[in-house]
Amino acid sequence: MSKIIISAAIRGAIVIVDRVEKKVNEAIEKFGADKAVAFPNTGYYLPTIYAILGTPVKTLGDMKPVLEECRKLLPNVPQEGLWLPYLGAGLDAGMAALWAFDIEEAIKYVEDTPYLLAEDCTEEQLWLGAADDIIMRKRGVEFVDGSAPGFAAIVGAAPDNATAVKLAKELQEKNLYVFIASNENGISFAEQLREEGVQLGWNTRLVPFGKDTSAAIHALGFANRAALAFGGVEPGDYDRILKYNKNRIFAFVLALGEVSDEQYAAAAGVINWGFPTIATSDIPQILPTGVCTYEHVVSNVPYDKLVEKAIEVRGLKIQITDVPVPVAYGPAFEGERIKKESMHVELAGPKAPGFELVRMKESDEVHDGLFEVIGPDLADIEAGTRLPLAIEVEVSGRKMQSDFEPILERQIHHLLNGAEGVLHIGQRDIIWMRISKKAKGADFSLKHFGAIIHAKFHSEYGAILDKVQVRIYTEQEKVEQLLGEAREVYAARDSRLKDLTDDAVDLFYSCTLCQSFAPTHVCVISPERPGLCGAYNWLDGKAAFEITPTGPNQPIEKGNTIEEVKGQWDGINSFIYSASGNQIEKFNAYSMMEDPMTSCGCFEAIAVLLPMANGIMVVDRDFAGMTPCGMQFSTLAGSVGGGLQTPGFVGISKLYVASKKFISADGGLARLTWLPKHLKEFLKDHIIARAEEEGLDDFINKIATEEDCETEEEVMEFMAKVSHPALTMDPMF
Amino acid sequence: MSDENKVDITGIDKASIEMIQKAADEGVELVFDRAKKIKPCPIGAVGQCCKNCMMGPCRLAGKDAEEKHGVCGATLGVIAARNLARMIASGTACHGDHGRDIAFTLLAAAKGEAPGYEIKDEKKLHEVAGWLEIPTEGKEKNELGIEVANACISMFSSQTGELPFIKRAPKKRQELWRERGVIPRGIDREVVEMMNRTHIGMDQDVENIMLQGFRCALANGWGGSMVATELQDVLFGTPKPIRGKVNLGVLKEDYVNIVLHGHEPTLSEMIAAMSQDPEIIAYAKSKGAEGINLSGICCTANEVLMRHGIPTAGNFLQQELAILTGAVEAMVVDVQCIMSYIVDVSKNYHTKIITTSRKAKITGADYVEFDEHNAVESAKGIIREAIDNFANRGKVQIPDIDTHDMVVGFTDETIAYMLGGTYRGSYRPLNDAIISGRIRGIVGIVGCNNPKVATDDVHTLLAKELIKNDVLVVVSGCSGSTIAKSGLLVPEAKDMAGPGLREICETVGIPPVLHVGSCVDNTRILIACTHMVKEGGLGDDISDLPVVGVAPGWMSEKAISIGHFTVASGLLTIFGVSFPVTGSKEMSDMVFNKYAEMFGGKFAFEPDPLKMAELCLDHIDEKRKALGIDTKTERVLYDMEKRRDLQF
Repeated sequence: MSKIIISAAIRGAIVIVDRVEKKVNEAIEKFGADKAVAFPNTGYYLPTIYAILGTPVKTLGDMKPVLEECRKLLPNVPQEGLWLPYLGAGLDAGMAALWAFDIEEAIKYVEDTPYLLAEDCTEEQLWLGAADDIIMRKRGVEFVDGSAPGFAAIVGAAPDNATAVKLAKELQEKNLYVFIASNENGISFAEQLREEGVQLGWNTRLVPFGKDTSAAIHALGFANRAALAFGGVEPGDYDRILKYNKNRIFAFVLALGEVSDEQYAAAAGVINWGFPTIATSDIPQILPTGVCTYEHVVSNVPYDKLVEKAIEVRGLKIQITDVPVPVAYGPAFEGERIKKESMHVELAGPKAPGFELVRMKESDEVHDGLFEVIGPDLADIEAGTRLPLAIEVEVSGRKMQSDFEPILERQIHHLLNGAEGVLHIGQRDIIWMRISKKAKGADFSLKHFGAIIHAKFHSEYGAILDKVQVRIYTEQEKVEQLLGEAREVYAARDSRLKDLTDDAVDLFYSCTLCQSFAPTHVCVISPERPGLCGAYNWLDGKAAFEITPTGPNQPIEKGNTIEEVKGQWDGINSFIYSASGNQIEKFNAYSMMEDPMTSCGCFEAIAVLLPMANGIMVVDRDFAGMTPCGMQFSTLAGSVGGGLQTPGFVGISKLYVASKKFISADGGLARLTWLPKHLKEFLKDHIIARAEEEGLDDFINKIATEEDCETEEEVMEFMAKVSHPALTMDPMF
Repeated sequence: MSDENKVDITGIDKASIEMIQKAADEGVELVFDRAKKIKPCPIGAVGQCCKNCMMGPCRLAGKDAEEKHGVCGATLGVIAARNLARMIASGTACHGDHGRDIAFTLLAAAKGEAPGYEIKDEKKLHEVAGWLEIPTEGKEKNELGIEVANACISMFSSQTGELPFIKRAPKKRQELWRERGVIPRGIDREVVEMMNRTHIGMDQDVENIMLQGFRCALANGWGGSMVATELQDVLFGTPKPIRGKVNLGVLKEDYVNIVLHGHEPTLSEMIAAMSQDPEIIAYAKSKGAEGINLSGICCTANEVLMRHGIPTAGNFLQQELAILTGAVEAMVVDVQCIMSYIVDVSKNYHTKIITTSRKAKITGADYVEFDEHNAVESAKGIIREAIDNFANRGKVQIPDIDTHDMVVGFTDETIAYMLGGTYRGSYRPLNDAIISGRIRGIVGIVGCNNPKVATDDVHTLLAKELIKNDVLVVVSGCSGSTIAKSGLLVPEAKDMAGPGLREICETVGIPPVLHVGSCVDNTRILIACTHMVKEGGLGDDISDLPVVGVAPGWMSEKAISIGHFTVASGLLTIFGVSFPVTGSKEMSDMVFNKYAEMFGGKFAFEPDPLKMAELCLDHIDEKRKALGIDTKTERVLYDMEKRRDLQF
């Protein structure tokens, strides 16, 4: 019965709070109460405390009042007989334990960084600790669009390494993130995986946070920051934070092996978030529902049923297309690296020709399910060989349009990458692939490229296509011949896209995919303004609507023009008003100064007004440094996210900078004064081309980067030096 | 004790039997004896007697009673309706006056004119202010307390409009009340109008009389009683789960025993506080006692039990028995349900009966007027009088059998907290438990004890049968103290529950029978029902819930008033003992059938506890079927699209 669980949780919570209080006192004695504390590159303080209590813990001294709150919540352990109701008390105790864990982990960062600050583990350092905001936003998007349906928080260890590997792979194949912490008798699940050579880190969705149970708080921190960043929930609005997690973040705890009092405390704590615990050992269960969606604690589950049971208990529905390949398959394998030593073959890349192309054909020209390899296959070559590669996909379907060809083609990258032991980089004629020896050893063949593309195209795009055939060429001569034809197709597509302008169409597309996370946010996608996440352009919207007519991408009639220059139409306004739940009345497509578009939290970059410079800067989420506006990306993101309109700030996709309609009402590209260096490099060709069109002389060299200046004053000095055009433009506001 | 003097009484606890035997041995008459001696008037018992004017009294009895008319021409139906309606008016007046007194105490406390009282639950104060639409921002608690008290006081004098607490009910219920024209305009007005309409020559249409009866009853449940409950919480704190004990064995031989009896907690709270006063304790010790032992009888017992864990000496029918122990120095009474015969019983022992309310004096008792403006001194004076009486004790016989522990304090707030803690407290787990069938339904066992029936058994057998069938039982008033005596209010009693209810009890750590408080606290049940409706999944009105109210041993007019606001709120309400309209077919049809058409709730009459349980289960199953939760529901698994529909 739950009395045993709750009693253990309360005992555990008391031990944790006592221990952490001692640690805080020792730290204050050593470093002083004013010593700053933070998880590096995050904008949400100690996120579990910040989310629930709204208290920003900035110093060691700030931890004391939080510990007082912990004390207030800690109940007595239920007595043997004549006990008082304990369920609510147990959840309170768990909450206190989690706050204490947040503090305990933060103290670790005071002296030096105890964890590896990176996305992937290295041979030397396994534990990654708190994810920074860059990771959180990048990965958060996957939770938003459903490519990651949830996460499993694993504590303890599997009975042996093989079971650990099997469990991890099963979770990966279900597209779940696996957050790993704690240990059982000194052995951790993450260590078990590493011993077996499993690649660990954010890129394979197997994330080792830390070996202490307290490190499990980083899983919760991730979830809370998602609620704050994407859900637009105010810190301290605990009711919405917790319900957001219950109804949006489908997470659960897998307790492997014996469950300690501290693990019980943490498990009781996360029930507050609606995250149930599924245990392998024979502990008591809490089956009645209501705080979590379904059961709260389910136990004695055998390892081979663990994932299935956990998904059922959490109420998750995961649709997996069965991809008929002899290796594991799922997005979790997309981030896998294949080193030279472990590679069987390299295909295309810088040293051999290659391309991929999707073309629409008449129905009688396509033989569905035909996969042909023309040229040598994996079995025909020595390990370490390099081959040219052409992937030619031909599709037909009554609802297929030639406009959808590039959309389908773009999918090939992640579809092939999803196979374990297959690496795919680039697109069109700059692809580069590797296949591992291990995959080859498992009888993977190039034919399986066809099997993957066939299965996934049918499952995801079945509404627009009926037939798919795939030919793989690996003969130098043939590939070179086809490459010429492919390049003609690419050129024709590009020129057609040039004609596709906002003014030339009557329909824009909405994107409310993010409303699963940011309920009032509505993206309006026009031909010249892609979705701010960078993942959806106008054609994607069009195709998505064909595929799912009632889905999150709906056509919107522009209607009558209200503001031609600023880009405001009555049809768009009325759509936004209703789709935002009557929160947003109007919006200007081409201005960041007046009624700009709202931002969910998934934006690739943020454009920010630099008032003194009479211009703007753009910073993307991969830049963790300080920017000339005085805020880091993570801080900025906090002020534009959550479905708010914030004049002077707007969330954008990176490529929007190169659009003719990029803040055209505010002066356009000529306003751009500063970019992070890597972003400037990324956009270089686009900016040069656009500057030429605008008649801006040598403009690319007039954009400063972090190497030129760090403050707005320095930006102004830089602008003066290079005679930046913004200096002579009309005031921005 | 000679064998021929052995009392023959069943269906009551052993401690009581010991005292009843003692009374028989010592020649003291008790309520049980009088109940046997006085045969109930068979005509009055079924509503056939009218004494509203002196052209009569008219008795419309016999085979052709239905065709008969009173001297004024009143039909049997009208007579039965008027009698019933007057009972409602009296019950509403009782609870209304209780609420009014509490509101005036709050006013005095907030103004600083009642030393010793203060606002203890600010959260509740703000919540009540919200329902009264009083802006709270920036207001100091006493400033807000004055406004809240005045707004509550004006509910009594209000002449038009709607009582503000009506808004707390589910929307659909409010609309139904509006449609039927039964929303109270003012508490006093509805009582006055009820008395007026039942005067000779006034309202002579059965349905029209009873509609005003409902309006008057709603002025109790969503008016006077609710004012009492909420403002008591504001003043004395909202109860939380706490341990207590019940039965005569809680009296302590070496202590000065003061028994608090009646209904309002104003005086008892102060006596509880002052009994801790070191000076008072020293005084008790100076008189040879170990200290002061407080215990309660009737609803005062429930008030001090829920807030302080002060033990309950007994229910309504044990008030005389407590005196028989010879251990009670003083029985301090205020209002309602005080049998005047306790004065007669006390003459055989040293016990002092101290009446304290101007509204309820008893000839032969000591009278110490209680004034909330001077409460500390009043309380100290009463305690001193009890201490002084310690020396006058004769032989003491405290029964040490059938004393039971209990865990109490289950308010509507407690329920939400215990199911999810500070941060996730809600009714969701309760609704889920009902939907999943772990809890089949909920039955409120409320009301009095009646010596005409086997008083403890009827309550206890019903409760046991219900929990065995996975029905969660909530209790209040004397039903609570009665059922507690059979040990059902301890968490270990889960083992007597069916497997589903037992699992919920084990998950949450609760007894299968939850004590919500005194008889005015029946409003907590109404609010809990409303929370269940609002939580979702169990229909959109209280009448959709698989919930039943039962008063197995009722006797007072308050019970009739409570029964009517329960019916008006949409619940099936089962009364035991007898029902005072069964002499009229027209009125029987009205209360047992037509009420359901009007409000979704109705009365049923059934004296047998096991048959009562059967009625409850049938009704619960019917409601479950209507809700579509009679079969196992499929587990919904959420993909991204479904998740987007989930609110947060």
